[in-house]
Amino acid sequence: MDALILSRLQFAITTVYHFLFVPVTLGLSIFVALLETWYISSNSYYERLKLKRLVKFFGTIFLINFAMGVVTGIVQEFHFGMNWSEYARFMGDIFGAPLALEALTAFFIESTFIGLWIFGWDKLSEKLHCLCIWIVAFGSNLSAFWILVANSFMQHPVGYEIQDGRAVMTSFFDLVTNHYVLGEYSHAFFAGITTGGFLVIVVSAWKIATDSVSREMFVRTLRRAVLYTFVGICGVMLSGHMHAQYLAEANPMKLASFEALWETEDPAPFAIVADINQEAGRNDFEIIIPKMFSFMVHNSFSGEVKGINDLQREAQEKYGSGYYIPNDVRGMFWSFRTMIGVGGLMMLIVLSMWFLSFVKRSHITEYVSCLKMMPLLLPLPFIANSVGWYIAEAGRQPWIVVGLQKTAVAVSPNLSANEVWLTLIGFTAIYLFLAVLAVFAAVMFIRRTKITAEE
Amino acid sequence: MDLNIVWFILITVLFTGFFILEGFDYGVGMMMLGRPKSERAQFVRAIGPVWDGNEVWMITAGGATFAAFPHVYATMFSTFYLALFLMLLALIMRGVAFELRGKFKSPDWINFWDFSIMFGSYVPALLWGVAVVNLLRGLPINYQMHYVGTFLDLLNPCALVGGIFFVFLFMFHGTNFLLLKIADKALLEDLQRKSFTLGLSTLFSYILFAAALTHDTDILAKIGTIIFLGLSLGSLIASFMGAKAGNGCKAFVASTLGIAFLTIGFFTALFPRLMVSSISPEWSLNIYNAASTPHTLTLMTIAAVIFVPIVLCYQAWTYKIFKARVTPSDVHYH
Repeated sequence: MDALILSRLQFAITTVYHFLFVPVTLGLSIFVALLETWYISSNSYYERLKLKRLVKFFGTIFLINFAMGVVTGIVQEFHFGMNWSEYARFMGDIFGAPLALEALTAFFIESTFIGLWIFGWDKLSEKLHCLCIWIVAFGSNLSAFWILVANSFMQHPVGYEIQDGRAVMTSFFDLVTNHYVLGEYSHAFFAGITTGGFLVIVVSAWKIATDSVSREMFVRTLRRAVLYTFVGICGVMLSGHMHAQYLAEANPMKLASFEALWETEDPAPFAIVADINQEAGRNDFEIIIPKMFSFMVHNSFSGEVKGINDLQREAQEKYGSGYYIPNDVRGMFWSFRTMIGVGGLMMLIVLSMWFLSFVKRSHITEYVSCLKMMPLLLPLPFIANSVGWYIAEAGRQPWIVVGLQKTAVAVSPNLSANEVWLTLIGFTAIYLFLAVLAVFAAVMFIRRTKITAEE
Repeated sequence: MDLNIVWFILITVLFTGFFILEGFDYGVGMMMLGRPKSERAQFVRAIGPVWDGNEVWMITAGGATFAAFPHVYATMFSTFYLALFLMLLALIMRGVAFELRGKFKSPDWINFWDFSIMFGSYVPALLWGVAVVNLLRGLPINYQMHYVGTFLDLLNPCALVGGIFFVFLFMFHGTNFLLLKIADKALLEDLQRKSFTLGLSTLFSYILFAAALTHDTDILAKIGTIIFLGLSLGSLIASFMGAKAGNGCKAFVASTLGIAFLTIGFFTALFPRLMVSSISPEWSLNIYNAASTPHTLTLMTIAAVIFVPIVLCYQAWTYKIFKARVTPSDVHYH
């Protein structure tokens, strides 16, 4: 393997790993802020004692995750220069701005106010302390906004022109109001709410099942997390649907690829399963729902959806001869189905938890064996997040910036395969090692911490 | 003054802030070596509330370089590929360590993470010294702004002297910070003695470093560089005198100034270049051939003028909130 493919692999591994923690930060920061707001607005002495412990409990889980997100995020910032120097040269005039703004407007407030929050319990007034976690939540979500502004440009360039062989910004306003940002950001934001909320559901369910002295408080967090996650999943579904419809005009090749629609059709069917033959440019076998894809795109059972092979011909006319089809249509197709399937499954789980925590509240202890199994389901939102990004990024190939620069020419020319092998193995090893330690620390913490009113 | 010069100054400001703030964070981390658990815990507590905000100065310096001088970002980060990999490993271990070290009482667990903090402080301090010297000496950069040397080219004797100088400088600076943050009398006295020896080592390595740079480069040809490096040396001597007299405040303020003048001196030596090509002066990256367009520079100037002062305000406020000295009983807190 050469430096190019290894650099791609390294970027993929480190980004997916980074994005295991980011959604938790986005969603759990807001949840902890809500909990603390609940705490400071409560008047009962014993209630406050328990609520404060609860804030610290979920705050600690949040902080372990936050630390992992921060350190893996630095790697991503450095990557653009280390492995993708020609990309950085070509795109710096545009891409550098949101990245620098992310640091200036978001990282600084996140990192400063998290320190105040961790160590400020006795040094700040209650309201000010609570404000700190709200600022952290705001900063985290703002940082996601800036990085998705940058990513959206790569998926769908706007507000630029090409000067002396590089892309330069002509309108910052266009860059920020890129319609693509709306889809990506809302989808990522609600995915964060869902992931953070689902984590709280799992932890609460497990504590209800295994820790009888803390049970009462965790039934209460379970109820809140169920509502929170429900809002998140609905948001994910709506924003995802909206974004897929928008893709039909913004990036039809990506849309056609994750649906494995090879020929333009009107009305277009939706393939539930397909045996994809990328070399031949067709599906050797498929099970379809007629007209369904048209309905998803046009809200009507008729309407043309462009197929991969026609889009390839169009791309050749526009950019010259070459292969413009994402090289892993099969992976994208199944990733999309995994994402949808996992999303639906999570909705069912949230509804059943709603049933348990609201309708069967007083009998919830009868379901201990079921609640105890909840940690097995924790991977679900993380799987959905990862395959979602796989579709977004694999669907951009062969481009690094759609229509402007190909991935193959973006890699740093001075890197040897051996150097990238070394760093690829190094990052992967340390990431695995830290994942084990962080999960271990979090699980042991969750296991031993009791939420009671005892002083 | 054109925007390219404004951005050269802003990058200087960001790196100055980074070296001052992370300088004492790294220094405190390095000072943990060989100390008992209770003292290490107090050291960690001293920088606990602020290290993360301080580290963002480095991230912002990197991001701002990307936005204002994308070619510098591209060439520098790909040139220092393996060095940055090593630095990232160190920073990853250090960052996670602050969060995880307190999660178990087991001595092995705490020792492991404290070792990570030490490793994560020595390595970046050393590597930044190495990097700064290489930037001043010049690197084999070709006409396409691509680095054509190897990793071993970065490890020349002069650069290693620079690395050692940075280690001493940051340890000295970190100790001065601790003089203001530690409450325990016995520990404080011990740190005062350490500050004295570290001050001497810093001054000694400074002279070695300056001699090596003079031998390898022509940076002392510029009057501005001589002035700033002179001011830096003067500040470090004043810091040393302060440490010797047991005046922690004077020692810390003076070592802060010393690092600031040093960083400004480096950038003065480089101006208007940002990365020097040792192959041909024409191939150096400077504030014009490596810059973004005036449009982007204008936008980023507006953002910097608004946000940098705001950041300074709330970070200063944080230091005010946590101005109390750390007592041995504080460390059970987190």
